[in-house]
Amino acid sequence: MTRAPLSLKIAAIGGLAFLHVPLLFILLYCFTTEEKSYAFPPPGFTLKWFGVVWGRADIWAAVGLSLKVATIATVLALVLGTLAAGALARARFFGREPVSLLFVLPIALPGIVTGIALRQAFGLMEIPFSVWTIVLGHATFCIVVVYNNAVARLRRLSPSLIEASMDLGADAFQTFRLVVLPNIGTALLAGGMLAFALSFDEVIVTTFTAGQQSTLPIWMLSELIRPRQRPVTNVVAVLVILVTFLPILAAYYLTRHGEAVAGSGK
Amino acid sequence: MSLATRDLPAPREGVMRRLSDPLVRHGRLLTLLLLVPPLLWLGLVYLGSLFVFLAQSVFSIDEFSGTIVREPTTATLLELFRPANYDIVLRTIGISSAVTMLCAVIAFPIAYYAARYAGPKVKAAFYLAVMMPLWSSYLVKVYGWKLLLAKEGAIGWFAGKLGLGGALEAWLALPLVGGPSLSVSYTGMVLTFTYLWLPFMILPVQAALERVPPHLIEAAGDLGASPGLVFRTVILPLAMPGVVAGAIFTFSLTLGDYIVPQIIGTSALVLGQAVYTLQGTAGNIPLAAAFSLVPILVMALFLTVAKRTGAFDAL
Repeated sequence: MTRAPLSLKIAAIGGLAFLHVPLLFILLYCFTTEEKSYAFPPPGFTLKWFGVVWGRADIWAAVGLSLKVATIATVLALVLGTLAAGALARARFFGREPVSLLFVLPIALPGIVTGIALRQAFGLMEIPFSVWTIVLGHATFCIVVVYNNAVARLRRLSPSLIEASMDLGADAFQTFRLVVLPNIGTALLAGGMLAFALSFDEVIVTTFTAGQQSTLPIWMLSELIRPRQRPVTNVVAVLVILVTFLPILAAYYLTRHGEAVAGSGK
Repeated sequence: MSLATRDLPAPREGVMRRLSDPLVRHGRLLTLLLLVPPLLWLGLVYLGSLFVFLAQSVFSIDEFSGTIVREPTTATLLELFRPANYDIVLRTIGISSAVTMLCAVIAFPIAYYAARYAGPKVKAAFYLAVMMPLWSSYLVKVYGWKLLLAKEGAIGWFAGKLGLGGALEAWLALPLVGGPSLSVSYTGMVLTFTYLWLPFMILPVQAALERVPPHLIEAAGDLGASPGLVFRTVILPLAMPGVVAGAIFTFSLTLGDYIVPQIIGTSALVLGQAVYTLQGTAGNIPLAAAFSLVPILVMALFLTVAKRTGAFDAL
């Protein structure tokens, strides 16, 4: 392998810096003493905003609702996404293409269209806004994340393993539990974590399916449009970055050795 | 694999076995049973509500009472071609195209370096460096740019310190891309969108570049092509499906967004904002539905073209 040209190196590192510098600025602004504007450089530094956030009940209520919604949506997405992946990983049938398109549609179409459509449907059927209306919207686009992870792993899983299991006398359920599940487990875990992060962060569809409820992103959006205490938003933003960092790191390490699935060489 | 030594229970004769046998024997039955729950969810709940909403674009709104007239008409759809509405569509497509191109330009060197020069450790670091911002909170990222772009913010300060204050002023004085400050200009909006969707471009481009067979590049070199020529005639065409795959994300995500233009940008509406105001304060669901058809049609066209280039294999 030859060495990279210097210009390429600079462009690549510059691009990565572009991706990270704005996040560092948010960290810096957590400690600013200025609360009316985004003045740079900050006139002074203080730790008091962390204490303010700790004492704010509205923030904790929003965090609680977001965690609840993300958990339920992830579980639903895991079940439905795995089923879909199982059906579409190898089978060839009439209508397969439109069906796989349908699974991708919720992330391919603008969130605002999905959001308004769901809100209209709730209105039409007179369903009041609740945790479940938010979950319904989130699960719809979380399915595809799980589906993508599971389908990639299932395609690498050699069919001869499944045949061998059946030849040895296991029925379809035993084969799933003892052969398929252990092999796709980490992919499902990774997909689930990504689905969780996606749901925890979703704001566009949620705007339409939440009614008066406030998830953490909805809380942040209202602070962005009508700022009250700007540094408080900074602190919450940094906490959100830290909270999402761990599942993403975990998802990465879980799928890193994805190539080494049993039978993938065949 | 330790599977061979596992003690499996003897074949069961019972309910499970009786349920299992038809599934194994008829693969299609299994496929069907697996598909039913996700299809019910997405087909009924999702497509159903989508259809009910979009179908209202053939209704119209009574100008006096503000209620929806449930009689099929093309009047609402034709309203899209009124200059004011047509401008919104063109403006949004223009912004989306600019964002997509900027993303491709910034993403390519990162993807190229990671795919062709980085060792395993650097590659892992690059991957994490791209995934981290991708999965960071959307609003947090928008917020970061609001901080940077604000008139009193960091970009203005650094420009002043580096003696580029004049250049920034000159740029803001330009028509179209300029404005009173970066945070209320198209420049700021495009920058923020580019930042938000950049990882969606890097990942497929890198995947496509990694699939370029090394022996093709060696062969081109052996046949006397200069590195530049190899890049233009071998690597770039083979990476294109990845760029198109990335463009699907960057383009469609920009097309439907209404939050960034609300926080950073000019007072001129984009598609998402138009839909949002129409369904909300204006209460004009038929026109909101008609506007919603635009990004869907644009993306359908985009996806049809993308399919031809093989972009779906690069996803």
